[in-house]
Amino acid sequence: MYRTYTSSDLLSELSRLQRQFQRLHNPTSSIRGFGLTDFPAINIGGTPESVEIYAFAPGLDPATIDVTVERGVLTLSGERKSEIEDKHDAVHINERFSGKFRRAVSLPDDIDPTQVSAHYADGVLGISVKRHESALRRLIEIK
Amino acid sequence: MFEKDTTKDQESGNGDDATLSPMVDVIEDASGITLYADLPGVPKDSLSVRVQSDTLSIEGEISLPQIKNLQANHIEVPFPKFVRTFTLGQELDRDKVAAEFKHGVLTLHIPKVERVKPRKIEVTAA
Repeated sequence: MYRTYTSSDLLSELSRLQRQFQRLHNPTSSIRGFGLTDFPAINIGGTPESVEIYAFAPGLDPATIDVTVERGVLTLSGERKSEIEDKHDAVHINERFSGKFRRAVSLPDDIDPTQVSAHYADGVLGISVKRHESALRRLIEIK
Repeated sequence: MFEKDTTKDQESGNGDDATLSPMVDVIEDASGITLYADLPGVPKDSLSVRVQSDTLSIEGEISLPQIKNLQANHIEVPFPKFVRTFTLGQELDRDKVAAEFKHGVLTLHIPKVERVKPRKIEVTAA
């Protein structure tokens, strides 16, 4: 179970629980799961030309984020230092992730590993992986 | 990515109202309370921090760059809005809340009110 973002709304929460139970019955997820840590949360989408990945990773120094693609697996890793660790004050709430993180995503066969770009803004790491030119769907003209 | 795409969960029926609860860290020292909230994807102009009587509310709308023909395959952040509220104690000075927002992390400093001088109470004989 991921420490996913919880909703403030009860009905959405029940719906989410229902989906999670369904996933237990039908666990056809990637064999690598989706990572070693819950952080950062990831949304993955696709266009005909690319695979788009959004990693919700606030509070990072972009220079320390590591993004690699190897044999069809995209891995993002890094470390987030906790702002509250060294303070010996009263800690009332401690929900935010801190420490080393690493998540791996299996990419489809048609991607071009030399065409990867990453951009960090507002705490979201956006990664775009273009598909091979030759893999793009071509309309076949009927003469 | 959060527009009306085909993968929107039909079952929940209230996808438009559903919000996310941002993760927070809250610490306290002699000077006051410090709150850190994770609000990734929220641009500064979509962030709202309000104090009303004794309630602190944090709201933010996620805005990601629009990409044409994007279809979602795997979603762990399902809703585009963060909302979280807290009640503040009387000892906190709501007029002096300081806020910073960087890389999607909101930092709030809420100092305690300056101590009112203790008032000596005269005890009269019955």
